[in-house]
Amino acid sequence: MGKYLIRRILIAIPVLLMVTVFCFGMVNLAPGDPSDLYLSQNATQVQKQEMKKNLGLDKPVYIQYVKWLEKTFQGDLGFSFASRTPVTEVIPAKLAATVELLICTLILSYALAIPLGIVCARHQGGWLDNTITGVSFLGVSIPGFFFGLGMVYIFAVELHWLPTGGMSSLGQSSGFLDRLSHIIMPTIVLSLFYCSNMLRYVRSSMIDIFSENYMRTAVSKGLSKKVVLWRHGFRNALVPIITVISSDIPKMLGGAVVTEQIFSWPGLGQLTISSIGSRDYPMLMAINLIAAVGVLICNLVADVLYAVVDPRIRY
Amino acid sequence: MVSKVVLSLSNLHVKFKTLSGTVNAVRGISYDLYEGETLALVGESGSGKSVSTKAITKVLPQNATISGDSIIYQGEDLLKKGDSKMNKIRGSEIAMIFQDPMTSLNPILPVGFQIAEPIIEHQHLSKEKAKEKAIKLMERVGIVKAEERYSQYPHQFSGGMRQRVMIALAVACHPHIMIADEPTTALDVTIQAQIIELLKELNKEFNMSTIFITHDMGVVANIADRIAVMYAGKIVEFGTANEIFFNPKHPYTWGLLMAVPDVNIKDQDLYTIPGMPPNLLHVPKGDPFAFRNKYALNIDLEKEPPMFKVSDTHYAATWLLDEKAPKVEPPKEILDRWKYFENHIENMQKKS
Repeated sequence: MGKYLIRRILIAIPVLLMVTVFCFGMVNLAPGDPSDLYLSQNATQVQKQEMKKNLGLDKPVYIQYVKWLEKTFQGDLGFSFASRTPVTEVIPAKLAATVELLICTLILSYALAIPLGIVCARHQGGWLDNTITGVSFLGVSIPGFFFGLGMVYIFAVELHWLPTGGMSSLGQSSGFLDRLSHIIMPTIVLSLFYCSNMLRYVRSSMIDIFSENYMRTAVSKGLSKKVVLWRHGFRNALVPIITVISSDIPKMLGGAVVTEQIFSWPGLGQLTISSIGSRDYPMLMAINLIAAVGVLICNLVADVLYAVVDPRIRY
Repeated sequence: MVSKVVLSLSNLHVKFKTLSGTVNAVRGISYDLYEGETLALVGESGSGKSVSTKAITKVLPQNATISGDSIIYQGEDLLKKGDSKMNKIRGSEIAMIFQDPMTSLNPILPVGFQIAEPIIEHQHLSKEKAKEKAIKLMERVGIVKAEERYSQYPHQFSGGMRQRVMIALAVACHPHIMIADEPTTALDVTIQAQIIELLKELNKEFNMSTIFITHDMGVVANIADRIAVMYAGKIVEFGTANEIFFNPKHPYTWGLLMAVPDVNIKDQDLYTIPGMPPNLLHVPKGDPFAFRNKYALNIDLEKEPPMFKVSDTHYAATWLLDEKAPKVEPPKEILDRWKYFENHIENMQKKS
């Protein structure tokens, strides 16, 4: 296992490098030039050149990349073009906001999806199963932005129950309840898809497991329903569940971009959109780097967990 | 010899609701199981032998309905017991061994723990005590280095070893009744013999009554005291091993006996009973075996035969036993196999 982990981490390094090369290329290929955005329309060519030099954009792309890489290795992610502050100062607060939203989403989706999935599998084909799978089908089909706007209209605009957006009310001390009221809608909107998706995985793997011979053995031992379900049944469903979670988390980062925009949630998603708009290359590269590291960590953790829950998997 | 009856089934029915309709898998079977005996249920696939025994402990899928008059075990009717009351009997009083040892053990739990589990559940022993017992059981069923293998997982065991584990698991709480559902079908022949020997030893040691399900008449000759031949969800012939092998009355039993391969008989094709068992979605009128039976009488197509008594221990459901029926002798191929059966039965009696 130790050897395997070290090998996996070593493989992750070239992967990460490739990702940064690709992202750097993509960001620079995007039309538009920061020097145009930060200068007035009447700026002279000389001023533009000056600006480019200041931002380090006068050199060929590969040299820019090597410089960026060199600095990144030293822990310096550069200055944001837009805010003129170090990237490392802007990111932590945004990342924290997004992580807060993601954790709430993870808890809400899986706390609903796992028990409901098991209930569906238990009563496969019954009215309860048909209702729940029907709703979950809607859940994976409705686009998040549409559902989000609908919720804002109903609960914020019409009913005034919940705030339309933001992380906390302005001008007030933000207590727990205030923060809670702000996070409810974005969490529900983000959860809709992930909950429905997980539910379907839990349901289908539990249906398979219920028909396994070892489940019949467990029943014939005289074990209680609860023990049969959790110790013998659910534990066997953990491998597919871990797979779904490890691919959900990186996907959620992407889903958060849209949801954060709708609810003006001051997280990484919003920062991404505004950084693209302002051609803020250093900021975008930092966000890409975080996302890439996140995906790699999720996969690594998933691989380790597989071996923990299933003794047949050994590295 | 009058033995005590430990289990008494009367008029047991099992139906399965499926998308294409209701399947009558078991259509009214009754028998008594005596203390210490081995009763073999034989018949083709789909004859209801396995389903009828799973109905005893109610380990059938959700779409099954069990009905009938009663299943009496120790003075109580199991048909009337709910799930939590059945749990006290499952594994501790009536234990089961299944056909496929490769998939009957949970792949992610240590083998030893799976044996210890019913001990912890029924005898309320601590984990350590249960482990000690489980290791002893593993040694008893012939698993070497039991202590080391206790914490291994099913994929580290061969098929034969897994079936030994299943047996250890079944006898863990010293049950009164053991239901062995084709325990040797998935194993190769040499392992089969070992497993059957082990089962026989354990039955004696723990004084268990055994219901042994199989379609292999060779295995039956080795192990059974009494035999129930099943066809299309019913028992068609019932008798002691000697009666079934040397004085069979039902044409279906004749067919089964003729289908036993015997290396001493040369220049003969392997016999098979023609046709297929009927679809129990629509049970045919009359005797469901009639259309495969060259001895069938006209009445077989009209009316299902009742059980005719041959002796106090021997019954068969065929119109051939009716007074008005023509006298029919069993085919001579069965006589050719007597020697073979005799050897098996003698062997069995010698050992016991």
